[in-house]
Amino acid sequence: MTDAASRWERPRRLPGIDWARDNLLDSWSNALLTVAGLWLIWIVGAGFIDWALVRAVWEGEDGRACSVPGAGACWPFIKAKMGLFLYGRYPEAERWRVGLTYALALAGLGPLMIPRVPGKLWLSLYMLVVFPIVAFVLLAGGLLGLPVVKTANWGGLLVTLVVASVGIAGSFPLGILLALGRRSALPAVRWVSTGFIELVRGVPLITVLFMASVMLPLFLPPDITIDKLLRALIGVALFSAAYLAEVIRGGLQAIPKGQYEAADALGLSYWQKMGFVVLPQALRLVIPGIVNSFISLFKDTSLVLIIGLFDLLGIVQQSIQSDSKWFSPETAPTGYFFAGAIFWVFCFSMSRYSAFLERRLASGERRE
Amino acid sequence: MRGATRDAGVARRAGIDWLYDPYWRGVVFQLALVIVLLAIGYEIVANVAANLKKQNVASGFDFLGRTSGFDISQKLISYENTSSFGRAFWVGLLNTLLVAGIGIVLATVLGFVIGLGRLSPNWLIARLSLAYVEIVRNVPLLLQLLFWYFAALRSLPMPLDSHEIGAGAYINRRGLYLPAAVEGVARETLLVAALAGIALALCLLVIARRQRLEHGETFDAGRYGLAIVFLLPLAAYFWQGAPLVFDYPRLGRYNVEGGLVILPELAALLTGLVVYTAAFIAEIVRAGIVGVPRGQREAAAALGLSRGQALRLVVVPQAMRIIVPPLTNQYLNLTKNSSLAVAIGYPDLVSVFSGTVLNLSNQAVEVILITMAVYLALSLSTSLVMNALNARLAPAGR
Repeated sequence: MTDAASRWERPRRLPGIDWARDNLLDSWSNALLTVAGLWLIWIVGAGFIDWALVRAVWEGEDGRACSVPGAGACWPFIKAKMGLFLYGRYPEAERWRVGLTYALALAGLGPLMIPRVPGKLWLSLYMLVVFPIVAFVLLAGGLLGLPVVKTANWGGLLVTLVVASVGIAGSFPLGILLALGRRSALPAVRWVSTGFIELVRGVPLITVLFMASVMLPLFLPPDITIDKLLRALIGVALFSAAYLAEVIRGGLQAIPKGQYEAADALGLSYWQKMGFVVLPQALRLVIPGIVNSFISLFKDTSLVLIIGLFDLLGIVQQSIQSDSKWFSPETAPTGYFFAGAIFWVFCFSMSRYSAFLERRLASGERRE
Repeated sequence: MRGATRDAGVARRAGIDWLYDPYWRGVVFQLALVIVLLAIGYEIVANVAANLKKQNVASGFDFLGRTSGFDISQKLISYENTSSFGRAFWVGLLNTLLVAGIGIVLATVLGFVIGLGRLSPNWLIARLSLAYVEIVRNVPLLLQLLFWYFAALRSLPMPLDSHEIGAGAYINRRGLYLPAAVEGVARETLLVAALAGIALALCLLVIARRQRLEHGETFDAGRYGLAIVFLLPLAAYFWQGAPLVFDYPRLGRYNVEGGLVILPELAALLTGLVVYTAAFIAEIVRAGIVGVPRGQREAAAALGLSRGQALRLVVVPQAMRIIVPPLTNQYLNLTKNSSLAVAIGYPDLVSVFSGTVLNLSNQAVEVILITMAVYLALSLSTSLVMNALNARLAPAGR
């Protein structure tokens, strides 16, 4: 640490050098750490660039191109499989429908996420009511002359996004109900909600997915069968709802008692009180926690590969393990890097958005 | 409140006014809920029974006694393919506990290092720690596990080109081969000595704490305790005339033979779990330390404590109060996440029991219920222990 005196006497030099002296080299131990850090950056950074760019294979028809000794990332593998990774076995002639669904989702979500854009109510209505119906018709087909595409043929990023968004849309209302139930004055409601939440939070998602895929068919009358994708969706939504309920409960507990009492004094019914007074404030308080739950849910969608669905990771894993045409030592690292990068971009932007909202809400609180 | 609303209910007249009484509404609503849930439950049980009958599956837990007929690659207790399904359950459970136990210790260490790194005055170290957290947290754990197992460990040499890493240990794609202590009297003596050492060290810690609280005398029990834990077994070892015989792994015709094998599945699972969970623990540690008021550190500096002392004696004990509850959650998450072992073939509880045993015995309902019950019990007992620890850490008189 530089004491005040020496700082005073030190002649002014370039700001960068002073900064480095204060932040990197202010003691022997720190200088040592800096050297270690630089060494780490060199090893990891240079190693990565060497692998991903310098030694990388850019052209090739199959895995032999990437099997030469000293080869780096196998980019032709990604290029050849791109359609599969994004759409699964969705028929090529129909892929515009997936693209159109993405565009419609962006058209709704984009303005919804920018605070300044007006008309949030209409946008939410569009996203919650119109979009799901349109998206379902577009993706599944069978109406308006669109050929049916079975969900068994959906795959890749499409399945990841469908599972994540249906999981989010399904778990949100359920999570609110469970949170309200856990704080209900009615003992039976409280016990049922608490029991469900603690049960689900106590077990791994895999067992819930196993239950949804193996046991759910047993629960239903013998003549009813439900779609494999739908079973996974139910499992993911139920699992996520329990975690979301705990986040929302935190928000409910943070609302001052006076708010509840004021609503009672106004003669509002339970649902009016919750819907118009408590929940709007409580949910706003826990937006960061809710977004964090959604990030977890997005990452957790990858687990559906264990029950035999082909989400982005599932299809990458399948291409790596069982496509002998692309067999090479570099196929696996390249495939995982590609899938990881896509997951990372989605999750990281969600977390940045959450941080932005948090700052914005905090500044709103300060102004008041 | 319930009574109040009843009294306040506008003078109850005969007729349908009870419909508007919150108390009766509550009763009716709850009754309806219970009836609906019971009906659903009955429907489920009836359907399961009908479906199982159709598939000719007998229900019940008798299958646990049947012969399993499959092998397990890693077992902490004796197990053969002639053992029962019930024995396979215990093998899987112990494997889960093994990976969770080691994983929790390692993830805590790495998490604390990176969490402290994020607060380092060294700009570069703080940035590197941040980069680690942001990269690791935002990639699914399953993807990381697959990467460690199918990509990273595949760059190890084939069994015949096994790499000797010194001290008689070998490493190759099939695992890490360490010298194993051979069964014998010495091993039991060593075990007893180690346990006695740990017990003595714990006693020392308790006595030192009492001394400090009652008489204000400080005594570095941690350092001496650590010395006892290591020196006692060592002394026992030499007292026995250094009799321990090691079984060294050696290159065989197809693979390394003998010694203690650490499976690549275990290594990949541990690496993945530790790397992933450490990122979350780091954030918890950082939040905990930032949560200690600045004045505490300044007061410590004013008392003449060095930076390390201030951190160890003043900041961390207070930060622990903020850290422990979310840390418990991370430990539970790690334990639950260890079930992803099924994707890379490590024989944990889910992989052995909900996977192999379920498929061989066809007892889906029983197997999944048992598995869920085990994880629930693990979660609840960990919560209990950590809540007790948290209660001890809570400041007195608050």
